[in-house]
Amino acid sequence: MTEEPAIRVQGLKKSFKKLHVLRGVDFEVERGSVFALLGSNGAGKTTVVKILATLLKSDAGTATVHGFDVATRAGEVRESISLTGQFAAVDEILTGRENLILVAKLRHMKAPGAIADELLVRFSLTEAGNRKAATYSGGMRRRLDIAMSLIGKPPIIFLDEPTTGLDPEGRIEVWETVKQLAAQGTTVLLTTQYLDEAEQLADRIAILHKGTIIQTGTLAYLKQLLPVATVEYVEKQPSLEDVFLALVGDTRATGSEEVSDTASDGRAVR
Amino acid sequence: MITHALTDTSTLTGRSLRHILRSPDTIITTVVTPIALMLLFVFVLGGAIKTGSEESYVNYMLPGILLITIASGIAYTAYRLFLDMQGGIFDRFQSMPIARSSVLWAHVLTSVVANLVSISIVIGVALILGFRTGASFGAWLAVAGILVLFTLALTWLAVIAGLSAKTVDGASAFSYPLIFLPFISSAFVPTDSMPGPVAWFAEHQPVTSIVDTIRALFAQESVGNDIWMALAWLVGILVVAYAFAIVLYRRKIS
Repeated sequence: MTEEPAIRVQGLKKSFKKLHVLRGVDFEVERGSVFALLGSNGAGKTTVVKILATLLKSDAGTATVHGFDVATRAGEVRESISLTGQFAAVDEILTGRENLILVAKLRHMKAPGAIADELLVRFSLTEAGNRKAATYSGGMRRRLDIAMSLIGKPPIIFLDEPTTGLDPEGRIEVWETVKQLAAQGTTVLLTTQYLDEAEQLADRIAILHKGTIIQTGTLAYLKQLLPVATVEYVEKQPSLEDVFLALVGDTRATGSEEVSDTASDGRAVR
Repeated sequence: MITHALTDTSTLTGRSLRHILRSPDTIITTVVTPIALMLLFVFVLGGAIKTGSEESYVNYMLPGILLITIASGIAYTAYRLFLDMQGGIFDRFQSMPIARSSVLWAHVLTSVVANLVSISIVIGVALILGFRTGASFGAWLAVAGILVLFTLALTWLAVIAGLSAKTVDGASAFSYPLIFLPFISSAFVPTDSMPGPVAWFAEHQPVTSIVDTIRALFAQESVGNDIWMALAWLVGILVVAYAFAIVLYRRKIS
């Protein structure tokens, strides 16, 4: 059982009327790893996630999540996962704390209030906890969204384009959250259209293009696919993101580099 | 699983009731139109209407006004359900280990509570305008029961609209004909004052039997066969709408 991958997808196909979104998708996600499904808009990333989260039925192929077939044992799959969809799925009329309590109650947890307070602290939302989620910034809303997904400690978490539409600060906040999750052994399947996001977060990356996976591997492996690097002298200009973060005076601009260093160290040790 | 269905439904009902508490405008907009109609009919049109009964006109028309209140109130169920589906929270609920029917039932129960509040407000205003009844506690219970049944039947229609709508406007527009239906019934004028085909329609559509039943209960008169007719309509609409809604919902979530 421990050798069973967290997610196994074989020959997955899905069409919407005449549009063939998935034309045979295969991949496996190891337990406790961060797996990025990289692809442009319309590549079928969300469709894969929806099938794995039991929201859609595939036309052909099999998918197991935490050892359970998504088609025949949807109930057990739902016990094992959390979905953070493409649009932050928080209730805007409720406060942050009420959102967390709602999910804790729906997961039939004891002491939902205590769970909510703990997560508010962990995601630095304590001060905003009693404000309506509608008043939150994009980054805060995403953090609340992810916090809601952690309730009940599901072993597998799906993050569908977690940083789409976020400002750079919000993006870094989410990245740090995902790194913390990975450090605790949660399996994370993340979809993204940003190359740097996959590079920052993922142990393995699968490139989804026109409904099939065209390459899977570690970042190092994918890099090998390119011709041997040539050495060139290029003056290193700060990126606009560096400039932006320096100007707004956010200390996390440097913090994120430190984190990424430790993350790559961590990967080397593993 | 059944205990889950109950606790999940009550959790989610608590959520949508909180929505109503935080935006009481949904109650206010529901009651404004019926109250305005009531004022219009009592002070402007009512004097010219011969109801053929000795009751005051406000007594005569209140049952129809109550049905209009419910018909406009249930539009919010379609609206809230549609917004849930759009916002992604619907997907979140569906991907969680909860009883799946609880998502719909929560909206339906919330609709019943919200409409009972709206109806109480409208009855309150009617009392100010001179509505009087000597109805017994049992008669009041019967009125409440019929109104709850009417709310349930129309709410399940609203669920169909909410699940199948493509736009927010589409989600609530379906209620307009329902709001209009009491006008072509015995709610405001006796049906025998209408021309033949219209009178035939008015006498055979569900609103007339429901209105006549409630009117008789308030007036402490015998409800006769009207109550059975009304119940048959209500239960019939409820069963058909519920079945359609569930089929649609299953198709949506699979």
